[in-house]
Amino acid sequence: MATMHSKKLGKYMLSPSVILLLAWMVIPLSFTLYFSFLSYNLLMPGTEEFIGFTNYQYFLTDPAFFEALKNTLLLVGGVLLITIVGGTGFALLLNLPFWGQGIVRVLVIAPFFVMPTVSALVWKNMFMNPENGLFAYFAKFLGFEPIDFFAQIPLLSITIIVSWMWLPFAALIILTALQSLDQEQLEAAEMDGAGHIQKFFYITLPHLARPITVVILIQTIFLLSIFAEIMVTTNGGPGYASTNITYLVYAQSLLQFDVGGGSAGGIVAVILANIVAIFLLRMIGKNLEA
Amino acid sequence: MAREVTKKTKVITTLIAWTLGLMIFFPILWTVITSFKTEAEAIASPPSFFIFDWTFENYFDVHERSSYFLHFWNSVVISVGSTLLGLLIAIPAAWSMAFVPSKNTKNLLMWMLSTKMLPPVGVLIPMYLIYKDTGLLDTQLGLIIILTMINLPIIVWMLYTYFKEIPTEILEAARMDGASLKYELFYILTPMALPGIASTLLLNIILSWNEAFWTLNLTAANAAPLTAFIASYSSPEGLFYAKLSAASTMAIAPILIMGWFSQKQLVRGLTFGAVK
Repeated sequence: MATMHSKKLGKYMLSPSVILLLAWMVIPLSFTLYFSFLSYNLLMPGTEEFIGFTNYQYFLTDPAFFEALKNTLLLVGGVLLITIVGGTGFALLLNLPFWGQGIVRVLVIAPFFVMPTVSALVWKNMFMNPENGLFAYFAKFLGFEPIDFFAQIPLLSITIIVSWMWLPFAALIILTALQSLDQEQLEAAEMDGAGHIQKFFYITLPHLARPITVVILIQTIFLLSIFAEIMVTTNGGPGYASTNITYLVYAQSLLQFDVGGGSAGGIVAVILANIVAIFLLRMIGKNLEA
Repeated sequence: MAREVTKKTKVITTLIAWTLGLMIFFPILWTVITSFKTEAEAIASPPSFFIFDWTFENYFDVHERSSYFLHFWNSVVISVGSTLLGLLIAIPAAWSMAFVPSKNTKNLLMWMLSTKMLPPVGVLIPMYLIYKDTGLLDTQLGLIIILTMINLPIIVWMLYTYFKEIPTEILEAARMDGASLKYELFYILTPMALPGIASTLLLNIILSWNEAFWTLNLTAANAAPLTAFIASYSSPEGLFYAKLSAASTMAIAPILIMGWFSQKQLVRGLTFGAVK
C-alpha cells in the first residue's frame, strides 16, 4: 500500500537510473546516426560534408558486408547449435546421480568465467597452433597432417573457441530448469509404461522449451557482438573469412578511420540486433506476468 | 517413491560424467600446468603432463616483461568501481520499482533491458571521439563510466527480482507500528536485501572483469585491464607459451573462484529472472 508521499519519493529514486540510461541510449546513437550521413575520415579533418545515404549504399553493397553477414550468421548459428545440443546433454548428465556431482559441475561451469582474450589465445597457441599445439601433436602422433586451424578453417576455429566458453552457460541454465521438473509426473509416466526416450520427448523436452528459448535469445545478443576472440586470433582474416559485422565496423572505423562508413555499419548492426531484441523482450515480458 | 539407481549404473554415470567434465575443464588445467614449465618444456614433444621441473619463474618474468600488476590493479579498480557505482545508482531505482510499483514499472524494466541490447559497435565511434576530446580515453574513470552504463540494466534487474521477494507485509506491519522511512530502510529492508545485493555485486564484478569490447578499444598502456593486456600476447616475440599461461592463470584465477560461488545467481542474473 503506497502512500502519495512514497510514490513521489519512488520517482526521485528512479530518475538517476532512467536519466543516465536515456542519455546513454540517445546521445551516442544520435551521433552515430549523424556521422553516418557524412563523408568523414579522421585522416582528413575539416573535409566533412553531408552526403545523404551514400555511406549506407557503399556499406550495404560492399562484398565484405555480405561475407561479414554470412559469417555472423554462421558463427551465431554454429555456436547456438553446439551449445544447445551439448548443453542439454551435459545438463541431463549432471542431473543423474553419481559420485562427485558438485565437483564435476564446477569443472563444467569454469570456462564461462575465462575472459575472452585468454580463452582465444590459449586455444590459438596451445591447442590449435600447427607446430606446437596439442592438436598438432596428436595429429602427428596418429600419423595425420596437422591442420593449420586459423588459415584453413578460421571461422570454424573461432566457433569452437566461443562454443567452449558458452556451453557452460547453456548447461547451467538447462540444468537449473531440469531440477524444477516435476518428479511425480515422470514417475506417473513410468508407471504407465513410458520408456526413457518417451519420457524425454514427451515430458522433459517440453519442460525445457522455455529455458532453451531463453538461452538462444540471450546468447544471440552476446554472440552478435563477438569481437575480442576474432581480434586476437585472426584479425578477421584471411581476407574477410572470419570477419563478422562487429569486427567489420570496428575495422572500418578504428583501423581505416572512416567515421562515416563505420557509423553507417554501426546503424546497420543496431537494426539487426533490434530484430533479435524484439523477440527476446517479448519472451521475458511474458515471464514477468507469470 | 524414490527411484532406485543400481550401483552399476551409478559407476558408469560417474565415469562418463568425470571424463566429459575433465575434457571441458582441460584447457584451463593445461594452462595452469604450462604456467609452471620452462618455455622449452612448454613446447616439448611429447608434451609432459606432471613430470617436469616445476618452476615459478614465469610468474616473475610476466611482471618484468611489462608491469603485470599495474594491469591487474586496473582490472580490480575498473570492475569493482563500476560495480559499486552501478549499485549506488541502481539500488534506489530497484527499491522504488519493487515496493512502489506504478503501472509503468513493467514497461520501464523492459525499456532498461532493451538498452542492454544495443550492440556496442553502434556507439563505438562517438564514444571513442567523445572520450578522446574529454581526455577520458585510456583512463580508469573512462572505463568505470562505460562499464557502469552497460551493466546498469542487469544490476537494476537483478536487484529488482531480489527485492520483489521481500514480503511487503513486513513493511506494512512496520509502518503500522509507526516506523519512519529511515527506520524502514536501514533496519528492515537493508538486512533483508543484503544477500541479493551481495549476489548482484559478485556477478557484476565477474562480468566487468571479463568485458572485452570497450576495454580493448578505449585503453592503451595506462588504463588497460587484464583483458587488454593479455591481448598483447597475440603478437608475441620468441617463445612465450609458459609466460602466456602464467599471465592467463593469474588473470582468471580470482574470477574463477568468485564464479564458483555465484553459480545460482549467475543463472538468475543473466536470464533476467526468467529462469530461477
